[in-house]
Amino acid sequence: MNPALIGSPSQPVTLSDAKLSAKDLSFYYGTFQALYNISLSIAPHKITAFIGPSGCGKSTFLRTMNRMNEILRNTRVEGELTLDGQDLLAMDVTTVRRRVGMVFQKSNPFPKSIFDNVAYGLRVNGMHKRSVVEEAVERSLTHAALWTEVKDKLNKPATALSGGQQQRLCIARALAVEPEVLLLDEPCSALDPIATLKIEELLFEIKSLTTIVIVTHNMQQAARLADYTGFFFMGKLVEFDDTRVMFQNPHKKETEDYITGRFG
Amino acid sequence: MASSTYIANIPRRSGVRVLYDRLRGGDEIAYLVTLACAVATLLIVALLVGELWINSQPTVKTFGWHFLTSSRWDPNSGNFGALPFIYGTCVTSFLALLIAIPLGVAASVFLAEMAPPKLSNILTFLIELLAAVPSVIYGLLGIFILVPLIRDYLVPVLTKLFGYLPIFSGDFYGVSFLSAGMVLAIMVVPFIVSVSREVLLAVPTDQREAALALGATKWETTWQIVIPNALTGIFGSIFLALARALGETMAVTMVIGNTPKITASLLSPGYSIAAVIANEFAEASGDLYVSSLMFLGLVLFGLTIIINAVARILILTTQKRGA
Repeated sequence: MNPALIGSPSQPVTLSDAKLSAKDLSFYYGTFQALYNISLSIAPHKITAFIGPSGCGKSTFLRTMNRMNEILRNTRVEGELTLDGQDLLAMDVTTVRRRVGMVFQKSNPFPKSIFDNVAYGLRVNGMHKRSVVEEAVERSLTHAALWTEVKDKLNKPATALSGGQQQRLCIARALAVEPEVLLLDEPCSALDPIATLKIEELLFEIKSLTTIVIVTHNMQQAARLADYTGFFFMGKLVEFDDTRVMFQNPHKKETEDYITGRFG
Repeated sequence: MASSTYIANIPRRSGVRVLYDRLRGGDEIAYLVTLACAVATLLIVALLVGELWINSQPTVKTFGWHFLTSSRWDPNSGNFGALPFIYGTCVTSFLALLIAIPLGVAASVFLAEMAPPKLSNILTFLIELLAAVPSVIYGLLGIFILVPLIRDYLVPVLTKLFGYLPIFSGDFYGVSFLSAGMVLAIMVVPFIVSVSREVLLAVPTDQREAALALGATKWETTWQIVIPNALTGIFGSIFLALARALGETMAVTMVIGNTPKITASLLSPGYSIAAVIANEFAEASGDLYVSSLMFLGLVLFGLTIIINAVARILILTTQKRGA
């Protein structure tokens, strides 16, 4: 844990070695402003969670970090966003998305085999050497805690897996290209408690490989998993701090109200 | 005990009364009405086939299977063979698909994936209008615009570059397999475009996002993820086009040349099943002549079914392999 952060006054958290960093970031869908001047830093090899009620902007913020919002028309970003100190908004968008991977709310495997799903990211980034691809597929599936379950049926269609397995497959697919940051948009919202637990355990394991940012509706999940937690409300980052501080001793009244279940 | 007492308290009703109540509930009526409609459509097909079969008996008895393999069509001497028409129908339809599939699929990819939504909607509306144009209009378009263009610009190039190939050999008089195929292509493109566009648009956004999130470009996502996802539907649009091409009568009659001959050259005139039925039925004299045309109708029906079945099997096998 970064000693500079523990017990430090909340937001904006600034780090000298931040993996990802936003400064005065605002986002618009047409004329509707969805994010207001967000400033925060994501610590490397930590799990950062964003919580907040539906429509508060946490997913929108997550999707600006790999510029996924750009596929929508009439959207606009203002402010700064840096990846390792480089301007993320000016980078080649495919490079950004290879370096900042994403797992979605609903598992979305391609209608291909399990192997081809995990290999897709490698192939699309120019890696076609069979031995290297095979090795990466096994490694990614192992990290996603799925290898033992699927190693004998790699050529079976991915859509035949259970919901929890599909979501872990999507995590494996994202890990295969070795992203520096992994964004997860409510990855467990459609899963049962056991499948959720498996994913939480594996996220804890892969922290050493990549920096994790997770959006969740489940406050217990944030409390269990995250090193840092940010609370979004009405498009603003209300509070961002060490998870323990956020849940035990929040500085803002809105945070306390949300965490104790008084609204949201 | 309590529950059985309760049930006993419900007043008993007569059978008719119960039936009336049930019918009023709607399930039975809905079942009967929809069943009747489903049976009626099947009945129409069965009647059609039965009628064609009965009326083609003189030909079946005279020529047997030889009718399908004979290429002589000479009403004056009483010789009837279906092969030139089967050949013409297949060649023109194949040629039409050869041109229309790449054109239509590429256009639908543009409309679904590349074009701004407003432009896409306007263009799609215009393209779908083409599907509503009567085929006789396409025939006129073929005679007055397409045939002169083919004669003046396309054929000189084809004969110069590929004249040594049998399919582009011989003289060109305007009416030909090539002209019919190209008119058909123009006619079926709207079907391919409009259905393919719909199925491409129906591919879930999360599939696109998954590919983009791995660093795929927009085109890689379209080509490797969106199109494979929509492939079954795209094939469906091609079937629709094929069915239209096989059965198209008027426009083909106007540009194919109406000559029952089998020649390798696409530049030669030919004939198709639908065209010969339309042209000769009214003036057909004698039982054998009429029944031969009837049998041709049955052949066209069978041809459509066979080609559709083969294409469907083809899709199923590719799907199994790809899944």
